[in-house]
Amino acid sequence: MSDSINIEYTKIAEIKGPLMIVDGITQASFDELVEIETPDGEKRLGRVLEVGHGKAIVQVFEGTTGLAIVGTKAKFIGKTMQMPVSPEVLGRVFDGLGRPNDGLPEPIADKFLDVNGEPMNPEQREYPTSFIQTGVSVIDGMLTLVRGQKLPIFSGSGMPHNILAAQIARQASVVGTKEDFAVVFAAIGVQYSEAQYFKRSLEESGALRRSVLFLNLADDPAIERIITPRVALTVAEYLAFDLGMHVLAILTDMTNYSEALREISAAREEVPGRKGYPGYLYTDLANIYERAGRLKGKNGSVTQVPILSMPADDITHPIPDLTGYITEGQMVLGRDLFRKGIYPSVNVLMSLSRLMKDGIGEGKTRSDHSEVANQLYDAYSRSQEVRALAEIVGRAGLTGIDLKYLDTGDMFENNFLKQNLDENRSLEETLSRAWEILSALPESELTKIKDKHIKQYYRHQNQQQSTNVGVAAAVSSSNAT
Amino acid sequence: MVAKGRIIWVSGPAVKADGMSTVKMYETVEVGDSKLVGEVIRLTGDTAFIQVYESTSGLRPGESVTGTGQPLSVLLGPGIIGKIYDGIQRPLGEIAQKSGSYIGRGVHTDPVDMKKKYHFQPLVRKSDSVGSGSVIGSVEETPLLNHSIMVPPDFKNGTIVDVISEGDYDIEQVVATLETSDGKIPLKMYHKWPVRKPRPYTERYDPTVPLITGQRVIDTYFPIAKGGTGAIPGGFGTGKTVTLHQIAKWADSKVVVYIGCGERGNEMTEVLVEFPHLIDPRSNRPLMERTVLVANTSNMPVAAREASIYTGVTLAEYYRDMGLDVVLVADSTSRWAEALREMSGRLEEMPAEEGYPSYLASRLAEFYERAGRVKALGSPNRTGSVTLVGAVSPSGADFTEPVTTHTIRFIKTFWALDTRLAYSRHYPSINWMNSYSGYLEDVSKWWKESVSSEWYDLRAYSYNLLQREDTLKEIVRLLGPESLPDEEKLILEVARMIKIGILQQNSFDKVDTYSSPEKQLKLVKLIVNYHKEAQKALKEGITLADIRTMPIIPSILKAKFEITDEDIAKLDQLDKQMHEQFEKIVNQGVKLIV
Ligand SMILES: Nc1ncnc2c1ncn2[C@@H]1O[C@H](COP(=O)(O)OP(=O)(O)OP(=O)(O)O)[C@@H](O)[C@H]1O
Ligand SMILES: [Mg+2]
Repeated sequence: MSDSINIEYTKIAEIKGPLMIVDGITQASFDELVEIETPDGEKRLGRVLEVGHGKAIVQVFEGTTGLAIVGTKAKFIGKTMQMPVSPEVLGRVFDGLGRPNDGLPEPIADKFLDVNGEPMNPEQREYPTSFIQTGVSVIDGMLTLVRGQKLPIFSGSGMPHNILAAQIARQASVVGTKEDFAVVFAAIGVQYSEAQYFKRSLEESGALRRSVLFLNLADDPAIERIITPRVALTVAEYLAFDLGMHVLAILTDMTNYSEALREISAAREEVPGRKGYPGYLYTDLANIYERAGRLKGKNGSVTQVPILSMPADDITHPIPDLTGYITEGQMVLGRDLFRKGIYPSVNVLMSLSRLMKDGIGEGKTRSDHSEVANQLYDAYSRSQEVRALAEIVGRAGLTGIDLKYLDTGDMFENNFLKQNLDENRSLEETLSRAWEILSALPESELTKIKDKHIKQYYRHQNQQQSTNVGVAAAVSSSNAT
Repeated sequence: MVAKGRIIWVSGPAVKADGMSTVKMYETVEVGDSKLVGEVIRLTGDTAFIQVYESTSGLRPGESVTGTGQPLSVLLGPGIIGKIYDGIQRPLGEIAQKSGSYIGRGVHTDPVDMKKKYHFQPLVRKSDSVGSGSVIGSVEETPLLNHSIMVPPDFKNGTIVDVISEGDYDIEQVVATLETSDGKIPLKMYHKWPVRKPRPYTERYDPTVPLITGQRVIDTYFPIAKGGTGAIPGGFGTGKTVTLHQIAKWADSKVVVYIGCGERGNEMTEVLVEFPHLIDPRSNRPLMERTVLVANTSNMPVAAREASIYTGVTLAEYYRDMGLDVVLVADSTSRWAEALREMSGRLEEMPAEEGYPSYLASRLAEFYERAGRVKALGSPNRTGSVTLVGAVSPSGADFTEPVTTHTIRFIKTFWALDTRLAYSRHYPSINWMNSYSGYLEDVSKWWKESVSSEWYDLRAYSYNLLQREDTLKEIVRLLGPESLPDEEKLILEVARMIKIGILQQNSFDKVDTYSSPEKQLKLVKLIVNYHKEAQKALKEGITLADIRTMPIIPSILKAKFEITDEDIAKLDQLDKQMHEQFEKIVNQGVKLIV
C-alpha cells in the first residue's frame, strides 16, 4: 500500500444508510481507512468497501446521521485500519473501535497491527491438544475445551450465557501458571448491565488486570460492531503470539455483529441469502472464528468462546447454523432445562466439542474419560426418548430397563449437570459423579465402555451408598437468574 | 502479445481492468503492484472481470494488470505427494518459509522441488514409437508410490529419438526427446495441465470393484465403487469431516487427494499431524506417502476456494493416468458453491435459487463427471480410477436446498447424515433409511468372490430387520413397546443390536476405526444368527426377557472394538458360544414347561 496519500475529498455523491459515496476519487484503495469530518467538525471513521470509476463506497462506523452532501470531508489515509498494541493494553478498557474508553491515554504502541489479521497458514498451526479445566462438570466431562479451540455458546434471550462464560473465565484462569493467562472480552451490542456483570466478575477473581475489554454497547453505533471483534482478536493474537500468553477471547453477542453486517449488505443492495443475511456471512464469520488456535514455534494460544443468541431459540437460523459450521463444536443452552432451574442449562445432546478427543485420555485426563462421556451421552439420550414415551404411555407402559433409564436422566440433570455458580469441580469429582450415574444402570448396558474400565470403576449396586441419589440430590439452590 | 491493462474497480475478490482486449477467458493474470494471482472470468469490450486468488486489501485503481498467456494450470510431476497446497497449487509449507505463520500475499513458489533428484528408470528405447499419454519412464516418488513419467496427453504421437540412461536427475532434466509432425519436443519429468480441462483417456469402464473403506455402514450397507461418485450431506457436526478423514485414511486406493474447501484450518492440521504417523495396513508405510492435500480454509480468499476443487481433481486424474486407483474427498462442495455464488453476485448475474447462479447444476455435473474407471491413453495398458466423494453442508440441515438437490442428480452413492442420530451420538450418523448406493449389485460380485458368497443375503436380511424396525417404531411411539407381540419386540431388540454392534463405529477407537471386510461380514452374521436363534427360542416358548438378558449380548455388541482383525477367529468362537447359550436356555425352558 502506498504511503501517506492523504488526499482530502469533499465531493460527496450520496449518503444512504451506513454508507457514504465519495465522488471524484483519483487515489483510494480497497479496504482503506477514511477519516471523515462532518459539517459540524465532528470526526468519524470509515472504510472503503468498493472503489472504481472515480467513486468510493465508504462504510461509516459511527453512522451517517449528521453527514451532509455539502460540507463533509473525507480523507483517505493510505492504510487499512490498525490497532496499536503493547503489553500496556492489559487491564485497559477500549471502545468498539479500539479507542481508550477508561479515561486513560492511548497506550504507547509497540506496533500497529491490521485489525483484519491474516489467514493462519494451516501448515503452521499446532494442533490443539491441551485440556483446559473449567471446573464445570458438563464441560470438562462431556464437552472438553482445549487451548486454541473455538467453542461458542448458543443461547436464547434471557438465558444465562454470560454467567456461564464468566464462570469459565474465572475458573479456567486458576489452573496452570496464572501469569501467562489473559482474557479478552468483546461486548458487541450488549446491554450495559451485561458488560458490567462480566467486568465485576473479572474484578472479583482478580483477573481484571490480566484482561482487555472492548465495549460496544447496545446504544453505541451499530456499524462499529463490524470492527469490535476484529480489534479484540488483533489484541488477542498479539498477547498470544507475541507475548506468549494463553488468551481466552469472549465475544458477545455475535448475533448483533451479524445484524450489522446485514445492514451494510442491504444498503449496498446485494442479493440477500437466507433471512436477508448476505451470502458471504459464512466467509465473514469464518474470518473471525478462524482467528483462534495455536502456532508452531509460539507459546501462546487463542481460545475463543463466542456467544450468540439464537433468534426464537432456532438453531437452524443462519447465525447459529453458519457458526456451527465454522466453530469446533458448540454449547447449546436449553430452554427446558433453564425453566427447570438447572444451571448450567446445557443441552448436552445438541452440544459438541470436536477437539475433545485429542484433549482427553491417558496422560491428559484419565483413560476412561472418552468412554465414560460416550456412555453418558448414550444414557442421557435414551432417557430423553423414554421420557417422551412415558408422556404418552405412562410409566406403566415402560419396560424395566426403560424405567432405569428414566431415573438415570434425572440423576444426570441433578447430580452431574447442575452445579453452583462458584462451584469449581475437579476432574476426578466430575468423572466420579459420572460413574455414579452409570452404575445405576446394569453393567450389560454399558456397551461403549471397555471391560477393563468397567472392572475398575463400575460400582455394583450393593457398594453404592444410596441408590436413590436422583431424588436425594435434587436440592434447589443457586439457580441462574 | 500479453495483455497489459489497468485496474479500474475493486470490490473484495472482484477486480475490473481495462486495456485487456487481448486477454483470453480463464487466462491467469498478475494483478496490481504486488502481482496477486487472478483469473479472467468475463470479458466485455476491453474490460476484463477478474477473480483474485489473494486478499485485495490495499489494491487501488490505476495499478497494472498483466496477462500470462496461460490458463490456470497445475504442475504435474514427482514431488506432489505428501504436500499441502492452497487452492492454486502453491505449497503452504514453502510459503511458510517465506512468510511465516500467516499466509503472505504475492508469494510465488514452485509447486514441487525442482532441484530434488529422482532415480529415473527409462521404459522406452530410442526409435520406439509412442502415443500421447504413454509411459516413458518411472521414478520412485515415495516408498509407496511408483510415479510413471508420461508423454503429456495433448502431445501428438511420435517417435523417441533420444532417451537418457537410468540415473538420478532433477525434474527439469530432459529425459527423452520425441519427434512428432511438429518437430522434436523435449520431454521432462513434469508438464502442466489446465485445471478446468478434464484429462483425456481411451475408454471408460463400469465401476464394479468396491472401494473398501473399513467403515461398516459404508462397505456393508451403502458401498461405493472405485471410480464411482458419492455425496455425504449433513448439518454441522453430523460427521462429514470425520467420515471423509476415515475414507482418506483407510480406503484401499493408491493415492488420496484431500481437498479442504472453505473448512477449518485445524482440520487440515489434523491430517498433517496424524497421517505421517498412521500406518497403511496394506503397505506398512505412513499414510502421508500416498496423500496430497489441497487446503483453502474458510478464511482464505474465496476465489481460490472455487479453484481448489479443479486443482484437486486434476491432480487425481494425473495419478489415475498412471493406472492407479485414486480417491478424492472434497470437504465441502457447498463452500465451493458459495464461492461461485459470491463471484456471480459480484458479476451482477441474474441469480437462480437462493442466489446461486443458474450454472450451479452444470458445474456440479462437470465436477462429478470427472470421476470414473478408465483405460489410460497410450501404452502400456493401464486401468486407473478416480473416486469422488463430496461433503455437502446444507444450510439449516435442510436437504431441499439447491446444492444438495443438484448434487443428488449427479452421484450414485448417497450417505445422508442425520442430525437426530448425531444428537443421540449414533456415529457415523448415516441414516440407514434415507441413504442408498447405486453400486450394490455391481459390487456384490466382488464380495462373493473375495469374501463370501453369503454377503448379499446377510446384508439383505439384516437390512430388512432395520426396515421393519422403522415401521414398528411408529407404533411404539404411539402405544408403547408393550403393545407389540414378542416376535416384533424381538425385531426391535435385534435392530438395536445391529445399530450398536455394526452401524455405530467409533473413529477414535484404535480397533473400531477400521473393520476388514471379513470382520464386517462376521459381525453381521453373528447378529443375524442371533435373530434366527432367538426366533426359534421364542417358538419353543422361551420368554423374551430371558433372551434379552442373555450374558452373551454385551460381548456381541462390544466385539467390534474388543476383537481385532488379527483375532478374527474369536468371532467364530463368539458365534459358537451364542449357539450354546441358546441351547442352554431352550433346554432349561423346555424342562420348565414340561
Ligand atoms: N464415526 C465417528 N466416531 C466418533 N465420533 C464421531 C464420528 N463421526 C462424527 N463424530 C463426532 O462428531 C463430531 C463432528 O463430526 P464432523 O466434524 O465430521 O462434522 P461435520 O459434519 O464435518 O461438521 P461441519 O459441517 O461443521 O464441518 C466429531 O468431532 C466427533 O466428535
Ligand atoms: Mg466438517
